[in-house]
Amino acid sequence: MERTVNEKKKTGIRIVAVFLILVFILFLLQRLFVPKYMGDVIEGRFVGEYYREEDKSFDVIFVGDCEVYENFSPVVLWQDYGIHSYIRGSAQQYIWQSYYLLKDTLRYHTPKVVVFNIQSLQYDESQSEAYNRMTLEGMRWSPAKVDSIRASMTKEEHFIEYVFPLLRYHDRWNDLSDDDVRYMFRTEPATFNGYYMRTDVLPAENVPEGRPLEDYAFGDRAWEYLEKMRLLCEENGITLVLTKAPSLWPYWYDEYEKQVEEYASAHELTYINFLELQEETGIDYSTDTYDGGLHMNLTGAEKLSRYIGPILLKAGACDRRNEAGLAKIWEEETVRYNAAAGRMVLVPGKIRMGAPYCN
Amino acid sequence: MLFTSYEFIAFAAILLLLYYILPKTAQKYVLFCGNMIFYAVTGWQNLIFLFVTICTTFGAALWVDKNLKAQKEQLALHKADWDREQKKAYRSGEKTKRKMAVAIAAIVNVGLLAFVKFPHTQFQFLMPMGISFYTLMSLGYLFDVYRETQEAEKNLFRYALFVSYFPQLVQGPISRFNELSETLFKEHDFEGKNITFGLYRILWGFFKKLVIADRLAVAVGTISGDFGTYHGSYIFLEMFLYTIQLYADFSGGIDVTIGLSEMFGIHVTENFIRPYFSKSLKEYWRRWHITMSTWFRDYLFYPISITPWMQNLSRFLRKKCGERVGKRLPVYLASFIVWAVTGIWHGTTSNFIVWGIINWFILMVSEELEPLYEKFHARFIPASRRGWQAFMVLRTFTMLCFLKLFDCYATAGEVFRAFGSAFSEPNPGEVGANLFSLGLTPWDYLVAGCGALLMLGVSLLQRRESVRLQLSKKPFALRAAVGMGLFLVTLIFGAYGVGYDASQFIYNRF
Amino acid sequence: MDTRKEVLEILEELHPDIDFETEKSLIDDKVLDSFDVVTLVTELGSAFDIEITAADMVPENFNSLDAMTEMVENLLAEF
Repeated sequence: MERTVNEKKKTGIRIVAVFLILVFILFLLQRLFVPKYMGDVIEGRFVGEYYREEDKSFDVIFVGDCEVYENFSPVVLWQDYGIHSYIRGSAQQYIWQSYYLLKDTLRYHTPKVVVFNIQSLQYDESQSEAYNRMTLEGMRWSPAKVDSIRASMTKEEHFIEYVFPLLRYHDRWNDLSDDDVRYMFRTEPATFNGYYMRTDVLPAENVPEGRPLEDYAFGDRAWEYLEKMRLLCEENGITLVLTKAPSLWPYWYDEYEKQVEEYASAHELTYINFLELQEETGIDYSTDTYDGGLHMNLTGAEKLSRYIGPILLKAGACDRRNEAGLAKIWEEETVRYNAAAGRMVLVPGKIRMGAPYCN
Repeated sequence: MLFTSYEFIAFAAILLLLYYILPKTAQKYVLFCGNMIFYAVTGWQNLIFLFVTICTTFGAALWVDKNLKAQKEQLALHKADWDREQKKAYRSGEKTKRKMAVAIAAIVNVGLLAFVKFPHTQFQFLMPMGISFYTLMSLGYLFDVYRETQEAEKNLFRYALFVSYFPQLVQGPISRFNELSETLFKEHDFEGKNITFGLYRILWGFFKKLVIADRLAVAVGTISGDFGTYHGSYIFLEMFLYTIQLYADFSGGIDVTIGLSEMFGIHVTENFIRPYFSKSLKEYWRRWHITMSTWFRDYLFYPISITPWMQNLSRFLRKKCGERVGKRLPVYLASFIVWAVTGIWHGTTSNFIVWGIINWFILMVSEELEPLYEKFHARFIPASRRGWQAFMVLRTFTMLCFLKLFDCYATAGEVFRAFGSAFSEPNPGEVGANLFSLGLTPWDYLVAGCGALLMLGVSLLQRRESVRLQLSKKPFALRAAVGMGLFLVTLIFGAYGVGYDASQFIYNRF
Repeated sequence: MDTRKEVLEILEELHPDIDFETEKSLIDDKVLDSFDVVTLVTELGSAFDIEITAADMVPENFNSLDAMTEMVENLLAEF
């Protein structure tokens, strides 16, 4: 009798041991196989970086696609206006993803102002599995992430592949590199409070006109999530500011513009279309863009930041430069920022306009 | 629901859990619910087809059984007052009735099968999953009852459980009622051995399917999908890869079926015995898809070849053309019918029908050449020599490669065009140069190749006894390592999911 | 008339190379294939004037000379 009890115990221990070893191996494999985005493509790192922030009491949160994370510089907003801000941007971020990222952000702190770039209104469903991955994988698990995955999945995707990304990336076995081992557990920061810095220049030339579309109306789903976002802000006492980045391409149709303007005025929202503010912002398409007018480079982003700063202050953000703790965090960030920008002036504080770039 | 889907794995896991945590009396209900869900997710209309088959064959079998009992009673009653002739007449009258009942049920079911299988009709979408398999299973049962080798099942639920048993719906095997019912209706204790053995078998099946078959399928699909680009020597590559793919896929699926059944404590018949080691096509058909070939033998070939019509033909031919022809021709004729039907059962397009007939032709020719072979062996190389045996295996494998090509194209004409091009337009240089642009990287070939070699190695090990039995005698650490290794290798090297293509992740700056 | 002897004669005519006195699993060991079985059924049927049905065509009835003899005798007794 005792022997069979012992036998059972032995079997039990063995099963548990095998299970634990297997889980551990799977954990290591998963860390090894997920892309680290340390090479040419770095956009997959953006979303996750937010959680590393020491002080998440941001007054301003930006959500949206490349038209936010390449166009606004939180460092400038801090230096010039004392605004504590963060950009929760990611490549081709769809509007439902922006909404759930905002929801996720609210788990940590409620900002005063949320800036949303309305470029993604033109998409009514996710266009690409790869972009879904780059936005969703960085999120920590919460109901917001679950909902965001459900809202984003394309037909051939499976929820379980988000829970266990190894199932998605197992095919990378012949694609693994040193980086996958080096950054298995921790990658280096890619952004400055969500801002993706580019310092190269490619002037905008011969930007084509947009081709006429059959239907300019934004989809129901896009509207639904804009409405959800507006209500979420309203409930939390947040001022929602809508923007349209000064990107010359993809083409921003007048018909699009009209719909956004109508929505903004109907709900008394501030809407800034930077395409119409070239003079006021001082954007020069021959120096301020790195890809021929699609996205801003550093000088362009800094110009836009200086323009939007006062608007954010008016909308409820405040100057917090007197907070010692914050000042210290920003001081470190600025050093890193200037080093990346290749600026000669490494003195934290005021950045001289038009400082010569070293690279 | 494919075996290699997350849904199936989750479904099977939940079912297993319920199967063993609920009271043992509930086991068959758990299975039955599982069957129904498995069917229903493929479309509710499939359940209608399934139930028509279940009810007609069950009803007919029950009627036959009742008639047999009544006949016995009548005969006993009139034991004294009927003479031999009367009894004989009565018996044959009753038999005709039974035959009618069975024929009606068979016609209904074969008709249903033909109806959904016939190509280019607007009902194609109806094609209920597994109908080819469960139709044969239920007809086999009915014929057995008619032949009085099988008691009719009185319980509709139990019978429905047999016909709809879900693990064998996708790819077979075609189980016999007397074999499957032995363990299917029993209550099963939770046994560690069943679970681990079953799990190993399932893992092995998944390995074969995901690592080998689904990977090779990419290259095979590329070649077969575009004859204009891929002809000439590509065809040889195609048939070789497809032959490996088909075995890995089919036997892998059967492994999952048998392994999962084992986990339920249910014994399902083996369907393959290392078929690619066959030394002739005849032997191959005894080792490949066994449950199908024995079904066609027992329920089609035997009955056809011994019909009075055939026997008369045999007698007639013997008189006119001599003993040899008289003996063989009717058998060949019956065999021809069976192979044509086998072809049609696989698919109603010309490629399958021609495939069946070619199988028959090769079998017949080798049968006829048998005396010649014997003379050859007596004079030159003894048939038992190892080198000769290896040659026979290779020869049969090559022949199979050619035969399997019939699966790859939609019509017999296209298959013959491919054969013609393979020999008339040799372009091995081009094939070599494009080997890695057929959808598989050098790494993929390496993985599939290693997988195929492992499959070959396991087959060789199996000759002694089941590899799992051999493994079970090894220390625990080794057993666990083999299991984990198989799982992890399949997980990583399996060709499933969206597939990772680094270029997808290059943000195109929009 | 000796049934066994007659069955043996038929068998030996079919396959002179097989020793039917010793072989006990003709079907299970694949000594006889389905073609042989069919031929045998026809032969035995006409030799003994019996009706062998598909139901009788199971391995147990054809595995050995004795099994076949028994089957034939049973069928003869039915009439």
